[in-house]
Order: sequence, then structure tokens, then C-alpha cells
Amino acid sequence: MRSKKRTPYLYMLPGLLMVLVFVYIPVIANCVYSFFRLSSYSQGMTFVGLDNYVRFFRNETFWIMIRNNSLYCIISLIVQVGFGTVIALLLESKLVKTRARNIFRNIYYIPALISLTAVGLMFTFVYEPNLGLLNSALKALGLSSMTQSWLGDSKLAIYCIIAMSQWQFTGYITLLMVVAFQNVSEDYIEAAIVDGAGPVRRAISILIPLAKEQLLVCIIITIIGAFKLFTEVYSTTAGGPGNSSQVLGLFLYQNAFLHDDLGMAAVTGVFIFVITMAISIVQIRVSRSGEQ
Amino acid sequence: MKKQTVLKVLLYALFILLAAIIILPLAWMFLNSLKTNKELFQNSLALPEVPQFGNWVKAWQSGLYRYFGNSLIVSVISLIGILVLSSLLAYGITRFQTKGGGLIFLIVLGGMALSEQVALVPLYKILKAIHIYNTYLALILPYIAFRIPFTVFLMRSYFLSIPKELEEAAIVDGYNSFQIFMKIIVPISKPVFSACGIVSLNHVWNEFLFANVFLESKKLMTIPIGLMTFKGDLRADYTGMLAGILLASMPLIILFLCMSRQFIRGLTAGAVKG
Repeated sequence: MRSKKRTPYLYMLPGLLMVLVFVYIPVIANCVYSFFRLSSYSQGMTFVGLDNYVRFFRNETFWIMIRNNSLYCIISLIVQVGFGTVIALLLESKLVKTRARNIFRNIYYIPALISLTAVGLMFTFVYEPNLGLLNSALKALGLSSMTQSWLGDSKLAIYCIIAMSQWQFTGYITLLMVVAFQNVSEDYIEAAIVDGAGPVRRAISILIPLAKEQLLVCIIITIIGAFKLFTEVYSTTAGGPGNSSQVLGLFLYQNAFLHDDLGMAAVTGVFIFVITMAISIVQIRVSRSGEQ
Repeated sequence: MKKQTVLKVLLYALFILLAAIIILPLAWMFLNSLKTNKELFQNSLALPEVPQFGNWVKAWQSGLYRYFGNSLIVSVISLIGILVLSSLLAYGITRFQTKGGGLIFLIVLGGMALSEQVALVPLYKILKAIHIYNTYLALILPYIAFRIPFTVFLMRSYFLSIPKELEEAAIVDGYNSFQIFMKIIVPISKPVFSACGIVSLNHVWNEFLFANVFLESKKLMTIPIGLMTFKGDLRADYTGMLAGILLASMPLIILFLCMSRQFIRGLTAGAVKG
């Protein structure tokens, strides 16, 4: 009898231990580190109170990062979630044949399968001022006056990176929403057609409300992704020109492994943690409310 | 009826335009990976005079083959770990009325909110302290741990949809709980296993942050970080570099196109209902 009682825990233990040791403990340690001065190469730690926090919030790049991460977040919500959902609705329209729908859906999903570094490197070529696709195409179309130095322009760099991400991930949201719309029972749709509801009406009053949970999950994934942003910037501009495309994730990395300022990196981590945590609490609430 | 036709044409025109936007940069990269550097500099939009498949061979031999091997080892072991540990955990949570099961689920689910960046610095120190920094394990263990929460989340809702009667019949037949798991739960759950497998594989295969920080030696590097070192190794060989990016991106795309039907079915089968 005793062993019977223990069995369920034996199933849960290995996975739970992994999560505790490699996810929870480091995150807690990071919060502790944020009050200390410490280095990657030595064991010593000096307590400095809130000094790291003060330095973080007073840092000249703080507002640049907030601006860039927020821009990335807002544009991604509009394009990936907004436009991506519209595309999913259009793909689900009765006018589109199943075969065509599957082909387009798969094509749109392809960029999400390519690694962030590969996409980053590819777009460094696309944006390259002399031989890149963008400027070459503009010249070929007789629009030489519109050519830019793209990633080399401190005003444009962050927008170029954001555009690249929209190219990569809009199809991902479209796929998730197509799946959610397909889960909506045919009966509801048939009933709506009988009631004389047109396609737009059906989308607004049936498909979207019934796929609401999935839509919220997509919104949350997108917001969290925006504040974890790292590889996209690292592989294209590395935060430049100057600090114009600096973001929180890259700032953390650079402080930890280039400037050996682990305290500052830890504070940045805490800051990302607070933002993503707040959003995730909403996510858990939403996903739990769906069960009842 | 006329209006329908016009709408249909507009709709397809939009889909084709979007598909073109997706494909254009990829096609451009493909085209230029087959050119000589001189041709690329002259006009990146022109077709190659003679396709230079040698670029692909060169990219492969200048290190890509090793990065592929490393990615394969890391991904396969991580994937097995993720699927085994997550399915056992989800099984424990859903199929027993255990005290604390709900709490354990909440703790695991909470892991979804904790991002890699926040754990980065302490993990680096932990991996050094337990002497697995700069080994395959330095990637595999964190990859498994960070993918468990989402995978459990997906598997749990699938397992909950499996009727209890199946198990009760098996208990009558004298199965113990592990036999029930292996012979009933796992076979029924194939769609969710393949969906979770593809989602996790996509993540692990393409992961960059940990791979960049937890590995030092070139011999162990996975593809995403190998590509970044390519930049230095191939110096001004742009076409070789494009060939490398292309080759590195192929496997997952091909895998997805072959498995897209199972993938969608797994997701539709209630997995991402939330």
C-alpha cells in the first residue's frame, strides 16, 4: 500500500527536479545576484544594496531599450497577431479550396522553422547597401532615390530588425489561429449560415469569440517574445549603430559576458522577469478560466 | 455570383503576394549561393552563368558538417529527454488523485513564465561548478528543463481527454500503472507526441543564447552558433556564407513539409486549446 501511494510522485519527480534545478534555482539566484557586485571569473561577491538598480535605471541606454522593446512589441502585435489572424480567417473562408489553403499555410510557416541566426545573417545580406536584395531591387525599379543604408542608419536599424521578425513569425501566428478556427465546430457555422450571417459576420461573432483563448495565448507569446528579444539584434546590428538598436536581452548579455558586470546583467534579468511574469500571470488565469 | 468570383480572385491575389514576400528573400539567397563572388558583386539579381555547386560543398566542408553532427546529437538526446520526462510528469498529474498534484502542476507551469535570459548568468555559474560547462550536457540539461513546462502543458490537456474507462479495463486485466502508461496512454497520444516533438525540435535545433554562452570549443558548436563563426571563417566569401545559411536551414523545412499533416493533426487534436 505504501509503495502505491508513492508511485504518482515517482512519475512526477524527474521532470519536476529538472525544472527546479535548471529553471527555478537560477532565476532565484539571479534575483540575489542583483544586489551584489560579482564577476564571471571569480567566486567573490560584494553586497551593494540597490546600487545595480540605480545604475540600471540611470543608464543612458535604459530609455532607448524601453523604446525599442516596446516598438517591437506593438508592431508585432499589430502585424503578427492582428494581420496574422486576418490571414487565418481569410484562409478559412469558404472561397478557398482546402488544398490551396494547406499550401499557403505551409509556405507562410516556413520562415518560423529557420533559425534566428540564419534569418539574421540572411537579412544582413538583404539589407546590405551595395549588393543587398532591397537596394538592388529599388535600383532595378528605377527608385534609386529610395535606397538606404538600412541597418547602418541609426534611425532605421531597429525598424529593419522589426520588419525581419514580422517576415519570420506572422505565418506562425497564422498557423496557430488556423488550427484554432478548425477546432470551432461546424455546427455553429452551419447554424450561422442558416441565420443568414455573411462571412464577415461569422468571423466576428462566431470564429473569433470561440477561438478567444488561443488568440490570448498568441498575444501573450508575442508580448513575452518582444521583451526576451536577443538573437535577432545580436546577429544583425549587435545593438548599433551606436546604441540605437539596443534591447534588454542584448544589454544583459553584453554586461555579463563582455563588460563582466554580472550585477548589472542580473538587474536587467530581474527587470525582464518582472515584465514577463506579470504577463504570464494573466496567461495562467486565462488558461485556467477556460477549464471551468 | 459575379461578386463571388471577383472576391475569389482578390483573395488568391493577396495569398500569392504574401507567398511571394516570404519566398523572395529565400529564392534570392538560393540564387546567389550558386554564383561566384564576382557575379554577386556585379549584380545580385542576375542569374548565375554557371551554377557553382562547389559553394555548397565548400560551406559543408568548412565546418558545417561538424555543426550538423553536434546539432543532431544535442537535439536527439534533448528531444528524448523532453518527451519522456514531460509525458511521465503529465501522466502523474492527470491519472492519479494525488495530494499536491495540482501544486506540482502549477510549479511546472510557472516555469513557462521564466525566460532563458533571466536564468543565464546563474546557470553559467552552476554549469561551471558542476564541471559540465563546454560539454554537450551543458546544452542538453537546460534545454530539457526549459522545454518541460510547455510540453507538460500540452500533454496534460491531451491526457485529460482520454476516457477513464480504458484504464479501468486495463486494471481489471492486471496491468500496473507503468504498463497502462506504455500500452494505453502512449499509443493513444501519438498525435500530441509528434506535435510536441516538432515544436521542441524547432526550439532546440535553432536555440542560440545558451549555445553561445555555454560552449566554448568549436568542436562542440551547434548550427546556429556555427553560422555566426562562419562570418569570420569565410571572411569575404559571401556566396559560401549564403550557401551555408541555406544548407543549415534545409533539414527542418524538409521535415516539416513531410510531416505537416501529423503536425497539424496533433495541434488540432486539442493540444493547443490552452
